[in-house]
Amino acid sequence: MMRHLLSAGDLTRDDALVILDTAEELAAVADRPIKKLPTLRGRTVVNLFYEDSTRTRISFEAAAKRLSADVINFSAKGSSVSKGESLKDTALTLEAMGADAVVVRHGSSGAPHRLAHSGWIRGSVVNAGDGTHEHPTQALLDAFTMRRRLNAGPHGEGAVGTDLAGRRVTIVGDVLHSRVARSNVLLLRTLGAEVTLVAPPTLLPVGVEGWPCSTSYDLDGELDKSDVVMMLRVQQERMGAAFFPSAREYSRRYGLDTRRVAQLPDHAIVMHPGPMNRGMEIAAEVADSARSTIVEQVTNGVSVRMAVLYLLLSGSSDPEVAQ
Amino acid sequence: MPPTQNSSARSHGRPAQDSTGTARTRPVLDATDISRALTRIAHEILERNKGPQDVVLLGIPSRGVPLARRLAAAIAAVEGSEVPVGALDVTMYRDDLRLRPARALEHTDLPAGGIDGRTVVLVDDVLFSGRTIRAALDALTEHGRPRQVQLAVLVDRGHRELPIRPDFVGKNLPTSMSERVSVLLTEHDDLDAVTIGGSDASEVPA
Repeated sequence: MMRHLLSAGDLTRDDALVILDTAEELAAVADRPIKKLPTLRGRTVVNLFYEDSTRTRISFEAAAKRLSADVINFSAKGSSVSKGESLKDTALTLEAMGADAVVVRHGSSGAPHRLAHSGWIRGSVVNAGDGTHEHPTQALLDAFTMRRRLNAGPHGEGAVGTDLAGRRVTIVGDVLHSRVARSNVLLLRTLGAEVTLVAPPTLLPVGVEGWPCSTSYDLDGELDKSDVVMMLRVQQERMGAAFFPSAREYSRRYGLDTRRVAQLPDHAIVMHPGPMNRGMEIAAEVADSARSTIVEQVTNGVSVRMAVLYLLLSGSSDPEVAQ
Repeated sequence: MPPTQNSSARSHGRPAQDSTGTARTRPVLDATDISRALTRIAHEILERNKGPQDVVLLGIPSRGVPLARRLAAAIAAVEGSEVPVGALDVTMYRDDLRLRPARALEHTDLPAGGIDGRTVVLVDDVLFSGRTIRAALDALTEHGRPRQVQLAVLVDRGHRELPIRPDFVGKNLPTSMSERVSVLLTEHDDLDAVTIGGSDASEVPA
């Protein structure tokens, strides 16, 4: 049993399938009259958020609460961090309070790794997004959504145990600042999908040639062979400006509008990790269309995060037994 | 996230070093015996409940599920009417989760009519400590409120650790704590059989 979830690249195909299949069973809990399982009773999950986030924090909170864990939310604003407390001292404080798992979002790439491997805390660390590096639970919920939409039958059966072999996924937009893109490339490759990143040259990271995917500057050329189009948010808060000439030009070349959607195969789906800039990277009509999985992704996020917390926390914490 | 232990514990015995089955195992029930036992239990369920009305069979994964289906088929053969069958995974309600690696979940599938006001017959392969049934009773309360809950098992091997008693038993099998009882069903294995083996058990009690 793994102790932490830091990178989507750490997961083998089997690991990923266990998480996705577990999430598939846990999704049924949302349909029950009592949406709660007793499994993590007496365990404490700390949401340690150094960056603003609504959906990820709420999603982790809902997931932990459905498993009966106690949840402590810690946001850097209004805490001792704004008085200059270091990550180490915050971690030692959480350890002293008996945190069994720390879900961390941090502006610096690698902060969750530091937290997990520094010996400051004994609990599990879950990366909920670090800088421009990784966001593994987002990649898992995206893969879960693809599997349900593309592999399952009309009544949702048949997704369990399947991977995404041979599926073509086109990820479009601000790859440079996107932790979602990196985690998705790593996980989707592990699950057998072929990923193409489409972005203006200024928004592709240095070294992208080494990623297990192909790249393109031309969105129109990729559409007719895509099973999935994933639009990324243009992260204006991480840009000084100057990555593209104007919002209008970006939208015209890389935005997903109804004309482009018409070029997709009939079964293809449109994804977005949120929050969206409607009218910028995705047209409002597309975001609200039947192909769009944006709302499902939020629902699925809770199931996937339940699965991750369950698999990290439910078993023995004794490494002898855990082998 | 390597070895996730599957909860489909086919063997029911105390943990020991060797799981390769080097010790001698002997058959207890063969396919005909299992079939006869299930037919008898089907009749007993009908007799006790005065017919198939409101009866819902819920198998506990993994091997309770095919047993529940077989019981339903036997009831249908006698009465000519179908009783609802489902599966109830109890993993999330177990009291030994902290003692073992995290387990993969099994599928829960309740019949469309639900269980409120029904007579639920829980079906499992081996009754041992009773802890699985305790977990099943907890799981059941979160899905609804049955009028009555009964328990059918193919083998009762004794050594209860909780005040739980089966209503329908295929075979009472006196065992020692260290012995291992294995139920093999064609739906999961290659044949129908119940065997008892020496102290080479690899699983904890179910």
